[in-house]
Amino acid sequence: MDFTLKIWKQANSKAKGKFETFKVKDISADCSFLEMLDILNEDLIDKVQLPINFDHDCREGICGMCSLYINGRPHGPDQGITVCQMHMRNFKNGSKIVIEPWRSKAFPVIKDLMVDRSAFDEIIQAGGYVSVTTGGVPDANSIPIRKELADLSMDAAACIGCGACVATCKNASAMLFVSAKVSQFALLPQGKVEAKRRVQAMVAKMDELGFGNCTNTYACEAECPKNISVSNIARMNREFLGAKLGAQKA
Amino acid sequence: MSSSALTFSSVTKKIVMSLMGLFLIIFLLVHLTVNLFLLFDPTRELFNVAAHFMATNPVLKIMEISLFAGFIIHILFGLILQIQNWLARPKRYKVEGYSHTSFFSKFMIHTGIVILIFLVLHLLDFYFKLKFGDVPNMIIHGHEYPDMGLVVIEKFSITSFIIIYIIALIILGFHLHHAFQSAFQSLGLNHTKYTPVIKALGTIYSIVVALGFIIIPLYIYFY
Repeated sequence: MDFTLKIWKQANSKAKGKFETFKVKDISADCSFLEMLDILNEDLIDKVQLPINFDHDCREGICGMCSLYINGRPHGPDQGITVCQMHMRNFKNGSKIVIEPWRSKAFPVIKDLMVDRSAFDEIIQAGGYVSVTTGGVPDANSIPIRKELADLSMDAAACIGCGACVATCKNASAMLFVSAKVSQFALLPQGKVEAKRRVQAMVAKMDELGFGNCTNTYACEAECPKNISVSNIARMNREFLGAKLGAQKA
Repeated sequence: MSSSALTFSSVTKKIVMSLMGLFLIIFLLVHLTVNLFLLFDPTRELFNVAAHFMATNPVLKIMEISLFAGFIIHILFGLILQIQNWLARPKRYKVEGYSHTSFFSKFMIHTGIVILIFLVLHLLDFYFKLKFGDVPNMIIHGHEYPDMGLVVIEKFSITSFIIIYIIALIILGFHLHHAFQSAFQSLGLNHTKYTPVIKALGTIYSIVVALGFIIIPLYIYFY
């Protein structure tokens, strides 16, 4: 298969950046999107040109590193998978593919298609953890947890923090990410202890970092490679409202 | 928590938006009910008595102030949220979002601004006319009432007025279609069983309100 690629090129975070057009030929339909970019990069290196920078790591759809905005959709046209798991058979032979980095004030471009997502790490540092004094491994089932709650918590914990929710949201809002991280703890007894402090701290950090506000378009849910539900956002709103209203006078 | 609207958290702002929105949603139903009196009573007596009651009852006077406050807060917070949202993505995409979302949800600020302009015109045409202008009186059961029904019917005989009115109400319907279910989600009310019901109710509500208001000028114009 042959493709014309229109790719965002930007030398560094301060450079202006622009789109450049590249052609790739004889690509297998079973080639993954990132492998196709590898082939292009090999080609560019052979021609003594700069390769295209893009984030990737596990290439198994579980690390959350790949982050390409392809033809108007984060992670490309296929549903519920990351871009590393998406294959060229999803495109028509000879078609033009536009590849852009995540666009958000909170995710500045480092180079080409690579963005700095440490804003997500900062939100996690603000409260996305359970404080425990470590000791021996606790016995299994020493704390009874309802199966449905464990399942909901696990569904929320499936979030890989790739940032597709921010990338696709018309407001560049991080609510789906933050709500998944709030939910995975708030649903479990171990996480409930710090739930009130956690939700307030994480929301405050999210706002501080310049993410937009949620307007319930649900684009995040539609594009999430892990199919995280917007019901998590509702849960976060509930948790937040409860924490604020129930807070004692300081 | 700080007292400035700019420093409210994103979640607080959307909760305020949704509460004010739900208040306005209830108000629209009351407004529609009063307007429909014009259809069922050609003498305009029912409508004029109802309009007079709405304008003079002391409890409703307090509600009227709350309603203005509700509108102002909803509009103000909506604008602040939108400006922050625009700033959150300084560099736009070349290929804009293709994602499968509700169509109307993407245009809340645009439909909102059209509704705001319509609201100002609407207040000038009717509300301020009643408060400050001259409205002819009508005697019903020995009492004098301002004949607002006549003012409405006169307006509804102007073709250009009706066209603008209908377009504004269709856009209001679009706004409400997203607003209804969105308000519940913002308040954290999301449930596998009830959310689909809320979404269906929102669709019915937005169609009933838009169509209900639109039928009245059409009926008056053609009959």
